[in-house]
Formats: sequence, C-alpha cells, structure tokens
Amino acid sequence: MTTPMNDLILSVLSEHGRLPVSPESLGESDDLYAAGMTSHASISVMLGLEDAFDVEFPDRMLTREVFSSIASIRAALNELAAAA
Amino acid sequence: MASAMDVPQATGSQGEFRDKLVAEGLLIPSSVAGVTGQGPAFVDLRQRLDARISKLVADEGAVAMEFPPIEPRHDMESVGYLTSFPQLAGSVFAFHGEDAEALALGEQAHAHQDWSGHLQSAGIVMVPAACHPVYPALARQQVPPDGITIDTGPAWVFRHEPSDDPSRLVAFHMRELVRAGPADTVGAWRDAWRDRALQFLQSLGLPAVFDEANDPFFGRSGKVLARSQRAQKLKFEILVPVGGDHPTAVASFNAHGDHFASVFGLGPVHTACLGFGMERCVLALLFTHGTDVSQWPADVLAELS
Repeated sequence: MTTPMNDLILSVLSEHGRLPVSPESLGESDDLYAAGMTSHASISVMLGLEDAFDVEFPDRMLTREVFSSIASIRAALNELAAAA
Repeated sequence: MASAMDVPQATGSQGEFRDKLVAEGLLIPSSVAGVTGQGPAFVDLRQRLDARISKLVADEGAVAMEFPPIEPRHDMESVGYLTSFPQLAGSVFAFHGEDAEALALGEQAHAHQDWSGHLQSAGIVMVPAACHPVYPALARQQVPPDGITIDTGPAWVFRHEPSDDPSRLVAFHMRELVRAGPADTVGAWRDAWRDRALQFLQSLGLPAVFDEANDPFFGRSGKVLARSQRAQKLKFEILVPVGGDHPTAVASFNAHGDHFASVFGLGPVHTACLGFGMERCVLALLFTHGTDVSQWPADVLAELS
C-alpha cells in the first residue's frame, strides 16, 4: 500500500534502519529486528521518524515493539496523529 | 533521567557509611566526587576477595588476559558505546602544539583556567568495562569451535558518573569472565554463572538476590534500548544493600548475542560476560558485617582467608 505516510516510513527505514535488505521488500508485519535492524539502528529510526513526522514519541511508546515493524510504527504514528 | 551535570547526592545512610569508611581509613577521599583511594584494610579485603574468586572460577579453565585501563578510541566507536553511554565515556586528549601554545597552556593550567582547548584526541579512551578489550583481542586469534572463556583479572575501568555514594566510583576494579562460543551455549553459561555467583556471595553472608536489569542508556532513545534489554532478559544483576534506598548491583551477567562477534569478526559465535564490581563487593561486606573485620563471622573470614 503506497500512501504518503508509508512512503515516509520506508524512507526513514531506508536512511536509518541499516537493514541489509530494501525496506520496500519487507511485508508490513515483518519483524525489522529479524530482518537485521540492530538496537542502535532502531533508536536512529526512532529519532528519524520524530524528525520526519514532527512528533515526539511519549514515554510509553519508547519500546522495542513500537519500532519492530512497519505496521507497528504506522499504528504509533496514527495514534499520535489522532491525539493531536 | 539525570542530566550529565547532576552529581547524584548520597542518601543519608550512604553518606553516613561513607563518612565512617573515611574516618576509619578504609577509603581515602579526594577533591573530586567518586575519585576515591583505598586504605590498607580495604586493599587487603579486595585482594582476599579476588583470590577467593580465583578459586571459584578455577574449574572454568579460563585463559588469563590483562589489558591497560585505556583502549583504542576506534574500538569504543565500533561497538556503539558513544551512542549508548555518551555520558559515561572518558576520552584521553593530549597536547600536540608548539612552544608558544605550551606556554599559554601552562599559564592557564597554573591559574586553574580552562586549558582543554589546547588539546586534541590522543586516539585513546578509558576502558568502561573489563571485557571490552577482550573482543578485539579474540579477533586476533581463532575462537575454538567449542568456545573459549577469558579471565580479565581485576581490571581498572572508568565510568564518568561522579557521586557522593561510596558505591559509585568513577574508576574501580571489575573482574570479568568473558565467554565466546556457539550461540546455543552462551546463554546457559551465563545463567549457570549467575546461579553460582549468587550462591558464592550468599556464602559470604551477604543478603544477595538477583534480578533482571538494564544498563543506564542515555536519554530518551536510551529508554528503547533499556526496555529492549529487559524484554529480552539480556542482563541480570546480583543486588546487595549497601546503604542506599535500593540494593546495589555488585555483579552483573550479560548476554550480547552476536553484537561484539559481528563488530570484531569473531566468526559465528555469540558472547556473554559476567563481572564482579570488586569495590562494591567489599563495600557490601563492610556494610553487612561491619567495618571491624576482626568481628566478622568466623565462616565468612574462613571463606576469605
């Protein structure tokens, strides 16, 4: 599914995720850690998403799970957008 | 999370304990918090504890490797330490200038002004954990197929977290065992040592317990790392009361997955380590049994004889 939000998530993953595969090749529920994203890369993704979407993840979202798949990232961003 | 500029204050009972240790010559304070010397009775206890740990680990068949308290800056950069713990890192800077600048530096230093602008990185950092120099050293040899254990001995390590708490030193001894081996074996190795170490510390009369733990990763993004570490049960600590509101970690047991192995090209192995904070173990003994060692329980003294 190509939407502006998904495109931006993929672009952040591509820039910060240090994945050995292209993020476009992943299913949206695929485990990004299993795909090769390290813990350090995940915090780079987190800061990259905050920059790209101009949001700040609240404390409860600073978990491994939130950054574990494209779908979970989108769900967190949607929740923030709904609350805004 | 405290900012890097905060110097955590000791709790009342930590302060009392510190003052008692200083008054009795066990610890030797300096003008900087956390930069603390050790008097003869403290040194004696630390050395006896170290000898006892040598007996404890004798059947492990560990290979001894000792390193200075400094390591190549490049190695610290490679493992991501400055992403995880920029607030704890210590870096060595040195003077590379000419006569005129040396004179200016000397004058500023003599006046206790800021002379750091005259320095440049020496390419060296302070070792923050005794196991860190082991991984690049293992890359220079072949890790045997069934794995290898390294004993670092009581190595000096550095963490910039100045505090009045006598258990939180900027430089202290950490004795580590480091295991590199097949992925499906290092977890069990770590857990077995956690249980052995717990039993050992309890045999010294310490009210020791173990718990899941996380490292003090820096900042908001560090919360992701800390929670991730906990969720994956990568770190255990053995905790003993040492005067604070919460028990203090005196030993830790860490699984690294393939992190260090992939950074340094150790082959298809995982790594794990365990470390005893030597000063904290001694402080836990002094807090539990009192500062007059001659009055300690006979079985504890026998263990440390």
